[in-house]
Amino acid sequence: MIKDNAPELLDVQGLTATVDSREILRGIDLNVRAGEVHAIMGPNGSGKSTFAKVLAGHPAYQVTGGMVRFDGADLLELSPEDRARGGVFLGFQYPVEVPGVTNGGFLRLAYNTVQAARGKEELDPLEFDDFIREKMQLLEMDPDFLERSLNAGFSGGEKKRNEILQMALLEPRLSILDETDSGLDIDALRIVANGVNQLHTSDDAIVLVTHYQRLLNYIEPDYVHVMENGRIIKTGDKRLALELEDRGYDWVAQEYRERAA
Amino acid sequence: MSAVIQNLVNQPYKHGFHTDIEADVVPKGLSEDVVRVISAKKNEPEWLLEFRLKAFRHWQTMTEPKWPNVKYPKIDFQDISYYSAPKPKATKKSMDEVDPELLRTFEKLGVPMHERAALAGVAVDVVFDSVSVTTTYKEKLAEVGIIFCSFSEAVRDHPELVKKYLGSVVPHTDNFYAALNSAVFSDGSFCYIPKGVKCPMDLSTYFRINTEETGQFERTLIVAEEGAQVSYLEGCTAPQFDTNQLHAAVVELIALDNAEIKYSTVQNWYAGDEEGKGGIYNFVTKRGLCKGVNSKISWTQVETGSAITWKYPSCVLLGDNSVGEFYSVALTNHHQQADTGTKMVHVGKNTRSRIISKGISAGLSNNSYRGLVKIGARADGARNYSQCDSMLIGDRCGAHTFPYLQVANKSATVEHEASTSKIGEEQLFYFSSRGIETEEAVSMIINGFVRDVFIHLPMEFAVEATKLLGLKLEGSVG
Repeated sequence: MIKDNAPELLDVQGLTATVDSREILRGIDLNVRAGEVHAIMGPNGSGKSTFAKVLAGHPAYQVTGGMVRFDGADLLELSPEDRARGGVFLGFQYPVEVPGVTNGGFLRLAYNTVQAARGKEELDPLEFDDFIREKMQLLEMDPDFLERSLNAGFSGGEKKRNEILQMALLEPRLSILDETDSGLDIDALRIVANGVNQLHTSDDAIVLVTHYQRLLNYIEPDYVHVMENGRIIKTGDKRLALELEDRGYDWVAQEYRERAA
Repeated sequence: MSAVIQNLVNQPYKHGFHTDIEADVVPKGLSEDVVRVISAKKNEPEWLLEFRLKAFRHWQTMTEPKWPNVKYPKIDFQDISYYSAPKPKATKKSMDEVDPELLRTFEKLGVPMHERAALAGVAVDVVFDSVSVTTTYKEKLAEVGIIFCSFSEAVRDHPELVKKYLGSVVPHTDNFYAALNSAVFSDGSFCYIPKGVKCPMDLSTYFRINTEETGQFERTLIVAEEGAQVSYLEGCTAPQFDTNQLHAAVVELIALDNAEIKYSTVQNWYAGDEEGKGGIYNFVTKRGLCKGVNSKISWTQVETGSAITWKYPSCVLLGDNSVGEFYSVALTNHHQQADTGTKMVHVGKNTRSRIISKGISAGLSNNSYRGLVKIGARADGARNYSQCDSMLIGDRCGAHTFPYLQVANKSATVEHEASTSKIGEEQLFYFSSRGIETEEAVSMIINGFVRDVFIHLPMEFAVEATKLLGLKLEGSVG
């Protein structure tokens, strides 16, 4: 929801970044206020996922210019851990598999670490078990998930549900969901989207990175941005997503080039 | 990121100190005379001297094995002292009489022996350098007919048992280091569980190498009679010094009909410094014989120390339906080298074996799994399952797997699974993006990796071992 007096959560200006000396982000500007849902769309290789990872602090990417303020602080100065504790959440496109580490153990460690950093109460295993089971109902997840190895052997849908479960646990101010809809069948998509909608309030913001309009049928964006070649080249409302679905991306790029020329 | 990976492993050896106790040392060098001196110092019977001399003569005809995937300078076997015993101040009947210096040593190790024995219900046969200093709980065990004592005491008090089983699993001709051990072994542990007795507590021995440049040649013999059961714990630490130390122990286990022996080891000997200087050479022969039907021998080892580890706790499955198990975690860091694994030799019908090996390599270390599964022609219905997983921390270490399969019976089922994983950037980023610090992430990933092995350790040992892995890897990943 757009509210004119809502506090600014994320302010990105002229952000550039490289990986292995290749420039991927070439000057991104983005402004996100509390309560808003932003969708970032664009063709493969346009830099969407890189942008998401740079915001979360992935060490493989070097920020070469620009600035990012989150909740008033310089986000780029913070370690990935501190970003997470401060309320930035990245929902992974490809959550890593960690055999032998139980999902339940991992979730509890993540929860308690973030709680402690925020000066809030940590939960012992029994209390946490009650707490997490309630959250799991939101995503229609079977309690067996807690006993399984972290993401190991999970189906695509199970992995994504597990990501949103972490979002539910960590109560972020800014959730960046990187292609959360990829690999989901229609039922899983509905469950995941429903979970995100229930978690979203007027205090937090969501940035959806996606290829497809179909996720946006479930999670309605306030703004839709089109990324190409490391820049946001067009911004509109939810109707832009429908238009992209209809006409593809080429016309946006062409329009951008004409404007630039 | 890789700089942090290195830091996490660069933790100095915590148990590096040297205890000042007067020792009785035989001059360096090895000859028939030295073997005779050792035997005489221990007041041994003629048959045991003969056993030693036969072994020594055979050893002289042998050469060191060259096949392990490890490198080290040539050992001068004439430059080693083959016997060292703390000088007894008096005969010790209770803990109060034990050398307070020795007790302080155990305090430093975090193993207050009396407390530990009392609280945990563990009988500790303390081996300090080569001679057992004290044995606790012996009387309690004696009530149910269990013999748990130093090897020397066993030779004195139960010669018929020692004579019957010594060298019956690992003959003096078995290999270079077993032959050497058979010639010069100083002391060790002996354990005998009579028919039908389930040992009421875990039996535990703490090994500790103390005198500089003194090779340790321990000899352990455990016999479980029909239907007997025992769980045996062996834990090792050593003080820190520069000279390489040779350790060539021999452990023999014998399980008769329906008997069960569980042997657990946590090994944390001095591994050398960060440049690879010093550290223990750990060349050990451990083998169990499932002699009786339905017998079971289970090895669990957590190997974190030594400059070089060369060790293959094995099972010979002679009795029909007997079971052999090997659960291993081997961690190497800095310049450590490990070539370790097991041999499962299936002789009897319907024999089963299970191998779970987890290797963790960090720093510049080299970690090899070497395992033999041999199914004999008469081993109808034999089954083996092997799983060998390696984990690399950083990109300058090595992990190798050498599985050998020899199957001479068509009805056998042999399965082998292997995997290699790396604690890499993506895994660590996933954890850090959830607020979890890198060290905690590594510890969680490692503990998850070794879980299948650690569940087979006795409870208190598992706690110790978990702490040990954390300590060994502190500062290595980032």
